Amino acid sequence: MKGWASVEAVFREERGLLLAALVRRFGDLDLAEEVTSEAIEAALVRWPAEGVPPKPGAWLMTTARRKAVDRLRRDQAYAARLAVLQVEADRAAPAPASDGGLPDERLQLFFTCAHPALPAEDRTALTLRCLAGLTTSEVARAFLVPSATMGKRIVRAKNRIRAARIPFRVPSAEELPGRLPGVLQVVYSIFTEGYAASSGPDLQRLDLAEEAIRLARILRRLLPDEREVAGLLALMLLIHARRDARTDPQGGLVLLDDQDRTRWDRAMIAEGTALVEIALTGGPPGLYGVQAAIAALHDEAADVVGTDWPQIVALYDVLRGLAPSPVVELNRAVAVAMRDGPAAGLSLLDALAEEPRLRGYSPFPAARADLLVRLGRHTEAAAAYEEALALAGTEPERAHLRRRLTEIAKPGAR
Amino acid sequence: MKYLMLINASLDADGEPTGCSTPDDWMLFDKALKEAGVYVGGNSLADFTTAAAVRVDEQGERIVTDGPFAESREVLGGYFVVDVPDFDVALEWAARCPGARDGGHIVVRPLASYGD
Repeated sequence: MKGWASVEAVFREERGLLLAALVRRFGDLDLAEEVTSEAIEAALVRWPAEGVPPKPGAWLMTTARRKAVDRLRRDQAYAARLAVLQVEADRAAPAPASDGGLPDERLQLFFTCAHPALPAEDRTALTLRCLAGLTTSEVARAFLVPSATMGKRIVRAKNRIRAARIPFRVPSAEELPGRLPGVLQVVYSIFTEGYAASSGPDLQRLDLAEEAIRLARILRRLLPDEREVAGLLALMLLIHARRDARTDPQGGLVLLDDQDRTRWDRAMIAEGTALVEIALTGGPPGLYGVQAAIAALHDEAADVVGTDWPQIVALYDVLRGLAPSPVVELNRAVAVAMRDGPAAGLSLLDALAEEPRLRGYSPFPAARADLLVRLGRHTEAAAAYEEALALAGTEPERAHLRRRLTEIAKPGAR
Repeated sequence: MKYLMLINASLDADGEPTGCSTPDDWMLFDKALKEAGVYVGGNSLADFTTAAAVRVDEQGERIVTDGPFAESREVLGGYFVVDVPDFDVALEWAARCPGARDGGHIVVRPLASYGD
């Protein structure tokens, strides 16, 4: 079994396609998962000996369907229940077939996995399992929970889908604006979890960030006209482009201000920037499009001072109009501090002090501390860094804050 | 598949349901359910101050208490049962229900089905 996970990774793309097509055919996630795994297993045994068939996708589909029919023959009760589901599934419009391979039915699976009636943690786990093609133990590792726990969670989520009969269907044009943000939220939460692991020794878990980008690329292909999909992909690419500069060789956190910008991934920035233009053209701006535009301005700047802060403040003004939140206010205050000086930023931050949603959020005292240092108020800055240190979730964040504390304790500190 | 829609109204300080849905709104909704062929049943509940709870203890003794009276600011005001193809369709009907507005909400629960 040792090599199984890595071999299955080869089939990751096919796995999602095959699974989605089988869900469409049989209307049951459990059966589809079972026979998808069996078909891939069969391919691993037979292809090395017999050669890869001319249409691998079609071979996998035929094999999986045969196995599903066998399973249903053995289990009549299961078959009877599925027959009821099938009648309902056939009421939905058939999907167009693609280029001779498997028809791409993944979009409906995205909407099922991210259904608002499922708990948020289940949505993420199901999306990683069914669409990113991760094994249950890989999903478990991603969330730092035991494999058995994750296995139970996924089974429970699948049961919930079956019991409530959550459909495998792309929402109608009228429903789509209400449902798409939920799908994008799942993908973005996978990215942020990978990018700044909320707890644990490692600051970044790049594999998760890359899975999120891969999922967004699939969504972008399936929904080419949705500008927020372009915006989300842009945002993730523009942040991910800085991954190599974000940690030092010891794994420590390097803030945007101090990053070696020559280590940023220029090709990824170019791709992201082109997508920002798509996201912000042809209609009112969306949440992800605006955040991506802010990330693009950072990525395009030669250094912190040369960053277009007035434009960034203007984009935060748009963002607070779209989705007012204390975190947006916090980031806007930091940008104002860069545009108008630390005193202006600090008075905005102090106005947020009573905000309950910023209590317990380490970036808030950390940002105050940075501005207090720039104002030469070191005693107050030290207290604010201590406050941030007590709240920070990851070891690299804590190490960074301890470094800042040491710096301002030195005599003659700036 | 059948779903139960529990209509929860939110109450103001005087214990009166908030909101401005009219009897006409409810009749229209009822009519829409029936015309779409999804209506299975439904009722609105009388004033919750008429409620009583019954328990039978270990000695087989029947215990009746008045209430429960809503300490909270919302109360179950009625229900519908609909028969629709899937959960999303049930949610769509719930969103059209007048009780989903003005601080109220509809809880949608699939009915258990045994072997049909």
